[in-house]
Amino acid sequence: MTIPPCLGRLLALCLLVWLPLSASAQDDPGQALLEPLDAASYARMGEAIEAIIDSGDARSRGWLEALLGGKLHRHKDTGRFVMVLENRGRDWPVADALTGEALGEMSRRDLDRLGINNALRGQLQGALAVLDLQADGVSERRQAARELLGDVDASLAEPLEAVIRAEQDAEVRRLLQQALAIHRLEVGDVAAVADLQGSLNSRVRAALNSAARSGDPALAEAASMALADIEQKMKLNRGLETLYFGLSLGSVLVLAAIGLAITFGVMGVINMAHGELIMLGAYTTWAMQQLLPGQPGLALVLSIPAGFLVAALAGIAIERGVIQFLKGRPLETLLATFGVSLILQQLVRTLISPLNRTVVTPEWMSGSIMINEGLSLTLNRLYVLGFALVVFAGLMLVMRRTRLGLEVRAVTQNRAMARSMGIRATRVDIMTFALGSGVAGLAGVALSQLTNVGPNLGQNYIIDSFMVVVFGGVGNLWGTLVAGLSLGVINQVLEPWAGAVLAKILVLVFIILFIQKRPRGLFPQKGRAAEG
Amino acid sequence: MHSSTAWLARPFRERATQLFLGILLAALATVTLLNLALPAGHPLHISTYTVTLLGKYLSYALLAVAVDLVWGYLGILSLGHGAFFALGGYAMGMYLMRQIGDRGTYGDPVLPDFMVFLDWDSLPWYWLGFDMAWFAFVMVLLAPGLLALVFGFLAFRSRVTGVYLSIITQALTFALMLAFFRNEMGFGGNNGLTDFKELLGFDLRSDATRLGLFLATGIALALGYVLCRAIVASKLGRVCVATRDAEARTRFLGYRVERFQLFVFVVSAMLAGVAGALYVPQVGIINPGEFSPIFSIEIVLWVALGGRATLYGAVIGAILVNYAKTVFTGVMPDAWLFALGGLFVLVTVLLPKGISGLLAYRLTPRRLQREPADPSSPHREAST
Amino acid sequence: MNLLHSLADRDRVFDFLVPATSPVDVRHGPILYLEDVTVSFDGFKAIDELNLTIDDGELRCIIGPNGAGKTTMMDIITGKTRPDRGSVWFGSRHDLLAMNEPQIASLGIGRKFQKPTVFEALTVFENLELAMAADKRILPTLTARLTGEFRDRIDEVLATIGLSELRQRPAGILSHGQKQWLEIGMLLMQRPRLLLVDEPVAGMTEQEMERTAELLTGLAGKGKQSVVVVEHDMGFVRSIARTVTVLHQGSVLAEGSMDQVSGDPRVVEVYLGVDPDEEAA
Repeated sequence: MTIPPCLGRLLALCLLVWLPLSASAQDDPGQALLEPLDAASYARMGEAIEAIIDSGDARSRGWLEALLGGKLHRHKDTGRFVMVLENRGRDWPVADALTGEALGEMSRRDLDRLGINNALRGQLQGALAVLDLQADGVSERRQAARELLGDVDASLAEPLEAVIRAEQDAEVRRLLQQALAIHRLEVGDVAAVADLQGSLNSRVRAALNSAARSGDPALAEAASMALADIEQKMKLNRGLETLYFGLSLGSVLVLAAIGLAITFGVMGVINMAHGELIMLGAYTTWAMQQLLPGQPGLALVLSIPAGFLVAALAGIAIERGVIQFLKGRPLETLLATFGVSLILQQLVRTLISPLNRTVVTPEWMSGSIMINEGLSLTLNRLYVLGFALVVFAGLMLVMRRTRLGLEVRAVTQNRAMARSMGIRATRVDIMTFALGSGVAGLAGVALSQLTNVGPNLGQNYIIDSFMVVVFGGVGNLWGTLVAGLSLGVINQVLEPWAGAVLAKILVLVFIILFIQKRPRGLFPQKGRAAEG
Repeated sequence: MHSSTAWLARPFRERATQLFLGILLAALATVTLLNLALPAGHPLHISTYTVTLLGKYLSYALLAVAVDLVWGYLGILSLGHGAFFALGGYAMGMYLMRQIGDRGTYGDPVLPDFMVFLDWDSLPWYWLGFDMAWFAFVMVLLAPGLLALVFGFLAFRSRVTGVYLSIITQALTFALMLAFFRNEMGFGGNNGLTDFKELLGFDLRSDATRLGLFLATGIALALGYVLCRAIVASKLGRVCVATRDAEARTRFLGYRVERFQLFVFVVSAMLAGVAGALYVPQVGIINPGEFSPIFSIEIVLWVALGGRATLYGAVIGAILVNYAKTVFTGVMPDAWLFALGGLFVLVTVLLPKGISGLLAYRLTPRRLQREPADPSSPHREAST
Repeated sequence: MNLLHSLADRDRVFDFLVPATSPVDVRHGPILYLEDVTVSFDGFKAIDELNLTIDDGELRCIIGPNGAGKTTMMDIITGKTRPDRGSVWFGSRHDLLAMNEPQIASLGIGRKFQKPTVFEALTVFENLELAMAADKRILPTLTARLTGEFRDRIDEVLATIGLSELRQRPAGILSHGQKQWLEIGMLLMQRPRLLLVDEPVAGMTEQEMERTAELLTGLAGKGKQSVVVVEHDMGFVRSIARTVTVLHQGSVLAEGSMDQVSGDPRVVEVYLGVDPDEEAA
């Protein structure tokens, strides 16, 4: 698509020759609006700006923005107004300010910039804000109003009052009131404090903070009280935020561990390659997105069954190829599956890349929802949290309500008896392992939205996952849920004062000590069978 | 008094131990001879580089013997023995750091370079005393020993065994790795301890010192081996095997099983510490990587490959795997993890008794009947 | 914590200095005394207010259908399982609930498991050596040497259990019956005051059963050993029993001589399941 430089220059030359010929610009009312901008004094320029605002011309926003950004220029020879699209190098690509038509590149020596001073800059900013406040969409107006906070000065105060009166949306009105109140606060109006009460906006807090230090004791007193009230709210916010991050981390742990809880807890099989099954799920998501370029959302949704399938098949291969030969030898199983994990990691490094792959987050998962001005929850984490709960509920359903679940529980409790009742234990083993592995694949799909997808992805989660299962009590899915979520929250609570690494160490030490106290975890299986 | 040391002399009367010691000493002598007596160009000459490499293998072999003592005879699969090895290594590394004195980059007479770099103005308290060799050597035993004592006391008292124990030993070494990666810990963080100059006054870069370290490691391996054999051949060793195969039964015979486990665990940790201390001056660096769970689990593979509960198998396994690693990483580094992973699977599935199992089968088929049916212990509580 | 506490108590003798095998006080008669013992697993009462007294030198047989709580009772006596309520005394001095398995074993309570448990990797001789009454702390065990006296004692027991020929073979190769004998031999080596024997004759021939009966009745006697036998084989029980206790649903259903017990209609009901409603309740 890029035009070779020499060709581009040629094109620009042709355009220049052709330029004076297109004379219809003279008929455009915009030309009359722009002409005064090229005035001798800044005061005249100010008037010209007012005129543009009052004109209601649809293009005025673009002009003012360009003027503010130093992008509005006038061609020395033709007198034509142009907008510079990118001012780098000697030749700049430009567009006609009136028609928006691209004019190729022009030498910067042929252009005159329309310069402004600070006063004009303030006027332009205010004007732009007011312009935005007249936008059609409510969310645009809210956004504009939010940006006005702290930027209102005397010149803007009056038009703003008018805007507030005309405004239909209560939220916009509230925000504008606050913006005005900040201005009133700045000029020493004690009553303004009441309008700012309880707002979590950082600019409001900044304004209150400076008011609290002001010479007027009444104002300082009122502002301090309002600040204390806000601080209270912020504390609550921070608590909620920690809880959210904790639950989010916890949901990741639950997802990573729940498959392990099935293979380890139900079958007694230590699968050190569990982390690599998670990794396979994540890579499946990546592969899906490669197959469906431009549709990351669809690819992600399709990755859920695909990731499950890929990991489940890998799990079956591990069970048939290795684990079935090591029945009743848990420690050997641990070693053999560790070998499998090394092979899988290296396989990914060799076949795909040792570097991290990028997995795109679809639009509907990015961004965040704002609970209030001090607290917004990132959407992708919220989705993962929900996904973890859905997966958990699904697993509970499978274990409690299906034939497979019944058979799994039967085989777990008494293999010989189950077998004599006609349950094919080998088949149950395969199915259980496939289920646990598949869930690991689901965890991988979810993790691809939160962390880097690379060959070491699984390794980073395997120890944590084991900790969650052991902490929760082996063979107890509820235990895994509670353990995962609470470990996530504990980790986040510790992090602010201990730092991320130390928090992790503390959690590990805590679990090591906890296991000494309650070797069977939070929710132990009791009874003669468990006594071994 | 004679009776209280007789157990230590017992291994010397065993044919297998005599054979092992004979081969080891002969190997040490041969390497020394080929290194010193032959000129550098001679085809049979062993370079000092190779001598140091062999010394590293021998320290790994001692580590493997320590792991075999707890895994083979006690049935405790420790996935955290790398931590004891690393602690011994750090104790030695701290001594070597202090020996550098003002010859570091920043020329501070007391503070190691990394502390000057971090703007520390004095040594942390736990670095005190490490300028004295005897203190450091005691710490080589004490640091891993104490960690094993505290950890083992808690774990064995609450009867955490089997895979649970394996998992929390892994968590232990993982936590330590994270901790040692932190600069604030005062152990050089990511980079660890390095740039050593001399040990007990001997220049670490000189050929003679390197040969000396190799021989010292060989002798430490011999002594460690004899100590382990002595423990294993004593009645205490039989209590260990009894614990491994039927822990509950052993308790009902009146043995405080957890104390026996703790004793052997601590001895093993100290041996691992010695191995680490001998390893560090030979490779010239100690960093938190030695704490990584993967390293610890690799040690277990050496033992499994060589054959569990034989001790000499651990030595064979450690040397073989590490030799293979040296060769592989030189020729085709990408294939090493495939080979290692494949080895894990093959050994556990096809060769549960390791190489020594094959040897025993070839040499004395009748002995097979005397071997435990399956040392992986079907009676263990964790296997249910 | 406990150790610190006992160290602070200067006028007391430290726990670890008290010889493990202090004498059992049986002046008041019973050597084993269980009172109101209850234990439940997940709501299921395996033992329900069990009361049981074994006199010094007594040979007691305990029978009962599957799930009556026989093995759980043994677990409680030997310290493997902690009851929810109740008390268990060995003689009138030792509270067994305050001790762990090795302590209880050192006091002189030996146990033979339902499933024969021997150390399969060790030789028959070594199995007996480990069982032998001796100082079982770490260092004495490490430096222990077999004196002639110990050797003789092991030989003696080997002859008693008929395994002299197999002394150097690993216990793993023994037949089921031989393992039973080896475990009984290990019990003998322990020289316990109280033997708890769980199904000793399972897998034995008629002849071996006779020898076992002879051995057990010979062991029991005042000032010697007390023996508690749990057994399913009624013929065997009849041949050795003086007093029989019937357990059912975790508590004592009947107690008395074999004839008394087998004439008890409740016992018949439990064993033959005459009244299914009763069984279900």
